[in-house]
Amino acid sequence: MRLNESITISAPPQLVWDYVTDPSRALDYMSGVTRWEVASDSPQDRGLGARYRMLIRVGATEVGGLVEVVEFSEPRDMAWSSVTGIDQRGRWRLRELSDGRTRAELRFAYGVAGGGISGMLAERISAPPLSAHLRRTLQQLKRQVEHEQLRADAAARNRALA
Amino acid sequence: MAEPASVPEQASRNGSSNGNRSANGRPASLGAAAGGLGRVGYRAARAGAGLMGGLAGRAARDMARRLTADLDDRDPDYIRENLPLSWLFASIWYRAEVRNLANIPEEGPVLLVGNHTGGNMSPETITFTLAFTTFFGVERRFHQLAHNLVLASPLGPFLRNFGTVAASHDNAKRALDAGAAVLVFPGGDWEVHRPSWRGNQIDFGGRKGFIRLALDREVPIVPVVTIGGQETALWLSRGDWLARLLRLDTRFRLKVLPILIAPPWGLDIGDFLPRIPLPAKITSEVLPPIDIKQRFGSDPDLDEVYDHVTRVMQDTLDALSAERRFPVIG
Repeated sequence: MRLNESITISAPPQLVWDYVTDPSRALDYMSGVTRWEVASDSPQDRGLGARYRMLIRVGATEVGGLVEVVEFSEPRDMAWSSVTGIDQRGRWRLRELSDGRTRAELRFAYGVAGGGISGMLAERISAPPLSAHLRRTLQQLKRQVEHEQLRADAAARNRALA
Repeated sequence: MAEPASVPEQASRNGSSNGNRSANGRPASLGAAAGGLGRVGYRAARAGAGLMGGLAGRAARDMARRLTADLDDRDPDYIRENLPLSWLFASIWYRAEVRNLANIPEEGPVLLVGNHTGGNMSPETITFTLAFTTFFGVERRFHQLAHNLVLASPLGPFLRNFGTVAASHDNAKRALDAGAAVLVFPGGDWEVHRPSWRGNQIDFGGRKGFIRLALDREVPIVPVVTIGGQETALWLSRGDWLARLLRLDTRFRLKVLPILIAPPWGLDIGDFLPRIPLPAKITSEVLPPIDIKQRFGSDPDLDEVYDHVTRVMQDTLDALSAERRFPVIG
């Protein structure tokens, strides 16, 4: 199952990038995610090869596992793939618009091993709540980043006045 | 097996005596025929006895194998492939919720102590196993102890793949020594079949073996409290008096023979037949670990530990009960 949501954020890509690649901020804006922490065997806290232990609430359970960053192209693309747990791939895709704003896209693909009909049903039934989580994640990211941008702009104005 | 063989032996002897009489003027063919019949009957009976013995022996070996804790029977790939079915059942039918799994230590052996609900089709065994497995991954060893009858049932092979082993101290020790998280229900059949109107009571029946086990293996106890299971049917009585009357307690370790009303059977005695559980909301909450020696000293009083564990579980169950607005719906 492949889910895809996007939103336009009134901030430059670098600011959005700093947000989405910082694991300590993940729980602040990621809807449904109950854990996103640097794994004990991770070589670094962000960047290519960084590993996170993540969990997201879907239905009766928190599902997830160990994921590893497999693509890190600042400030445009960060992709991760599962090492253990459910099979998943995720991607943040940031693109600068002509007016300086950022188009942020969050892609999430997942599948259940084996399972036959029950696996297919589980994938389809879990898709709407997961899509809702993705939409809320982008909305919360937009609100927080834009608030951060407003503060940065105000600080810049104050410095100019001083 | 010896008794059936004695009959054809007698027949054979009779045939032989008939044969002797033939030598004394009776038709020889009759004696020979009778003797032949006797021998055929004897052989057939021996073969039958052998077959029966073989089948019985095989059944006994199969039963012994089922009740032996072979920890390797747990199959992570099988669990992984069956998670979607469990997830559908837990999410749609039971609207299950398992809280505070992060209270379970991330690594190492741990004794999870739960209150048992919902009869022989106990829902929390499904919902908790699913939640544990998705939270920590199928790679983490996790075993559940179950009554012999559960493992001997048609569901036995399925449960063994999920890591269920027969409830005994030896099996629990072996699993803990292997570094596994082990889920036990001290109340067992006594608690799981309590009347529905006592669904919000922790009732281990005074069983303290789990404390001795935790002390022996030096592992923390993590209480797991569940509500809702006793609403999946209407339990009228444990039927402990009926079990005593039928001597099930001495023959099959069955202290109870529950009497319940459950679809599709209506009145159900024993809870042995597959039934349709009512779709009650199942909520479980994991409590912080209890290190017995740290809390109660190096030589703790078992009664004191028992009272503490059951009290904190009862407090949580009361809180979960207060959250519920309607039976079954939750």
